[in-house]
This record gives sequence, structure tokens and C-alpha cells, in this order.
Amino acid sequence: MELIKLIGIVIVVIGFALKLDSILVIMIAAVATALVSGLDPVVFLQTLGDSFVSNRSMLIFIIVMVVTGTLERNGLKQAAAALMRKVKSASAGVVIGIYGIFRLVFAAFNVSFGGVAGFVRPIVMPMAVAAGENRAGKVTDRYLEHMKGMASGMENVAWFFGQMLFVGTSGALLVQGTLRDLGYETELIDLMTVQIPIAVIATAVTIGFYLLLDRAYAKQSAQAEGPGVSAESIADDAKGE
Amino acid sequence: MNPIDYLMSGDVTLSDKLLEIFYVVNGIVALYTGWKNLNDAGNEHRVGSAVFWLLLGFLFIVGPWIPSEITGALVIVMVIPAILKRVAPGSGKDPDEGEMVGNYRSIGMKIFVPALCIGVFALAFALFTPISSLVGIGVGVLAAAFILRAYSKKNTPTVFLNDARRMLDAVGPLSLLPILLAGLGAVFTAAGVGEVISGLVSSVIPEGNLVVGIVVYAVGMAVFTMVMGNAFAAITVMTVGVGAPFVLALGADPVVVGSVALTCGYCGTLCTPMAANFNMVPVAILDMKDRNGVIKKQIPIALVMLAVQIVYMIVMA
Repeated sequence: MELIKLIGIVIVVIGFALKLDSILVIMIAAVATALVSGLDPVVFLQTLGDSFVSNRSMLIFIIVMVVTGTLERNGLKQAAAALMRKVKSASAGVVIGIYGIFRLVFAAFNVSFGGVAGFVRPIVMPMAVAAGENRAGKVTDRYLEHMKGMASGMENVAWFFGQMLFVGTSGALLVQGTLRDLGYETELIDLMTVQIPIAVIATAVTIGFYLLLDRAYAKQSAQAEGPGVSAESIADDAKGE
Repeated sequence: MNPIDYLMSGDVTLSDKLLEIFYVVNGIVALYTGWKNLNDAGNEHRVGSAVFWLLLGFLFIVGPWIPSEITGALVIVMVIPAILKRVAPGSGKDPDEGEMVGNYRSIGMKIFVPALCIGVFALAFALFTPISSLVGIGVGVLAAAFILRAYSKKNTPTVFLNDARRMLDAVGPLSLLPILLAGLGAVFTAAGVGEVISGLVSSVIPEGNLVVGIVVYAVGMAVFTMVMGNAFAAITVMTVGVGAPFVLALGADPVVVGSVALTCGYCGTLCTPMAANFNMVPVAILDMKDRNGVIKKQIPIALVMLAVQIVYMIVMA
């Protein structure tokens, strides 16, 4: 009946899949595992306490917050937008690709400008639509929809893989803590270094793929019947919120 | 050992001593957040929020010096208000557009200097000193704060603290997910969950075959992440169950395997509507017609990157 020890894993998988309260799911899984394995209650609390103390590094983001909010207050997002707007490019695919590199580089320094809501919608999308108009003559609804998908995809890929390049990102700290519990010591700088080729390949693959897609979409858009959407309408729309 | 002996001890490295001091600073920021929320009439759950943040700050500072069973018990007490949805953001206001634009006009592109400080110091400490890069992050924060203060007299310590509180309020208790998952992993290990899984999986995976082990671990990470919508939850479970017995036990490099396994999980994140923040919220924000419009653009990339990473692990490990 050793199998019953896996109850915690079952609880985590089902609990997360059903979108129950994450913290509740984790605590129930921990208590259930301890109960079915006959773990002494004091040992259980000690395990939890020791783990918390030795993994406090995972909460280092608290000290980072001391400047994150004030950087925002002092115009970091406006500066990033001005920098991005310096890009003059011939196609929507190139705008999105350059944003990917921009996002990757800043992610490596743990700097973020507000993701899809704060940056892609108000800044990247109007730039992409304007470039798409230049190239294809007009941007159809369908082309616009594809652009939105690619801009969000670029955002996610560059952010996910880029933040692994920051020494001390919470993902790497979780890996380090998990491995330490299992008896393997690792250094944060090494966990970061092995990710450099992965991040470069991921970003390059995404940019290449989206450039190819954009070419095809721009062609379809140019040949489509009827008027397109205008870059001005997208920009005004974004300013309105 | 008590804190004084710890800081005086010759057996403790300078890095660990400095880290302990920085944890105290972290704790103070959490305590400040709790204190402000306790006295904030605009917070709908003053007491719950205060209990959560004050206990977090307390554990940060005092955790190592009290019996670990008490630390463990207090961790449970700390998360109770979070589970009961009694932790809420206070009335700290976001800076308005006018203030940010005004500051941008006077500071301009120089704002990138303090913004990049943290990453630069973390890297510099890792590369050039024997001191933990986490201490570097702390020093970077300090340097960034001084630079911001030099840029504008308005950036007083109170502004930094209140902004920190505003950001912590915004991220809320879910930011504790990694450390709580690590705790769950530790309980799994203590209960012997890993042995049970390896007993199970060894009937499926031929023992001693590193390549098969890596493929199962990497694909398992992606699939578990798709089901759970969270790569952090997946890596705790998968590393104890598959990574340790079938990959690491065969002598594979834990640095490569552990780090890349997480990014294999991220490939799963790119493919699943369960990761709503990344794949479904943008659909709404951008007014897209196709609910799966973002995921469709990511699946081919995720598949390519999963394959690339499996090969990378096999070659490097």
C-alpha cells in the first residue's frame, strides 16, 4: 500500500487543474502526504520550517520591489516606449521581432514594462499595424488578428526564456531549492549560464517563424477585398484606456 | 546558534552572514507592508493582510533562530488568511500618468541606469566575488535607490517603502507559491514519495538508460505543466519522481538537467489554456476573436524548443 503515498501528487495535479486555491491545494497535499506516510507531526512541522528558512532566497523579490514601484513612478515605462518607438521598420514581423529582442535583453536584467496590457497593446501593436500598412497597403481584420497572436507569443517566449538569464530569478531558485532537498548543490550562476543558448535559440526560432508567417499574412492582406483597419484607430483605441 | 554568535563565527562564510543581513532587510519591508495595511482604513481585510505580511516578515528575520517546528507551525498560520481570502491590497495609489510622464521628461533615458543596476550587480557578484549573487541583488537595489534619489529629491525613503508596499499588495500571497512548493517537495522527500514513484516508473523505464530518463523527464515536465498550468508546481513533482531517480542518479549534471527541465515546463506553459495569465488574458486585452489565437502561434515554437532542449540535455549532461 505504498502507493497511497502518492496522494499528495494526485491532489496537486487535480487541484491545480481544477483551479482551486493554489496555496490551499499545496497545504492539503503536504498534510495528506504526511498523514498517510505516518510522518510524525513534529517532524512534519520541522520539515516545513527548515524548508522555509533555507529557501528564503525565493522571496528575494521583496527587496527588489523597493525600487520596482519607484522606477515605474519615475517614468521607466515611458522611457522604454520612447526607446522602442525609435525602431523604424518595414514590416509588422520585424517590429514584433525587434520587440522580442528588446524584451529578452531587459528580462535578463529582471526589468519588465508591463507585458501585454502595459506595453504590447499601447506601443507594440500600433507600431506593428503602421508597419503592416506600409508594407501591404492595408491591414485586414484577419491580418490584425494574426499580428496580435504573434505579438503575444513573442512576449511570452522572450519573457519566459529571458528571465532565466537573470541570476536569482525565482524559477532558478526553485530549481536550486528542489535539488538541494534531494542532495545536489548547484550555483545560481551555473543554472543561468546553461540557459544562454536555450534563450538565444528560442528567441531566434520565434522571430524566424513569425517573419515567415508575417510575409504570408501581408501578402494575403494586400490581395484581400475591401478596406483594412487603420493604424490611427488602433493607436487612439489604446490611448483611450 | 544565536544571531550574535552566527555573525561573529569564523566558521560561517562572509557571504552567508551578508545574506542573513539582507534577509533581515527583506523582512523589514514585509513588516512595513503588514504595519501599513493594519492601519489602512481603505483595506477591506486589514487584520488578515496584517497577519500575513507581519508573520512573513517575522519568519524572515527570526525563522533561523527559533525551533524549526515553531517556524513550520507559523508558516501554516501565515497562509491561513491567504486561503480564507482575507489578504487584500491597501489603498496605496498607483502613480498617475501625468506624474510618470512629468518624471520621464526630467529624467529621460537615464532611468535605465538604476533599472539595470540590480541585474548588473547580481551578475558582478556572481562572477567576481565569492559572495552570493543574492547579496548582489540587495546591493543593486541599494545602488538603484541612491541613483533615483540623486535624480529627484522627491524620491525619499518613504516613497520607496510605500511603492514597495503597493507592489507587494499587488502581487499578494500568490508570490509565495515557489517557497510553498519547495516546502511540499521537502515533505515529499521526507515521506519517501520519490522511492515509491521510482519503484513504479522503473517497470516502465528501463533502468540505467539516461536518454530514456531525460526524454521522460522533459516530456513529463511539459505535459504536467499543461495539465496544471504551472511549471513551478510541475518541477517539484517531476524532479522528486522522475528527475532524481532516473536522470540525476545516473550521474547526469544536476545544473543542466534541473535548469533545462524547468524551461521544458515553460514549453508546456506555451501550449495550455490553463496558463490563463499568459495565454487567455492577452486574448481579452487585445480583443482577439479566436480564444486560442495566442496558443496557436506558440505551439510550433514550443514543440521545436522541447526537441532542442531534450537534445541539449542529452549532449550536455
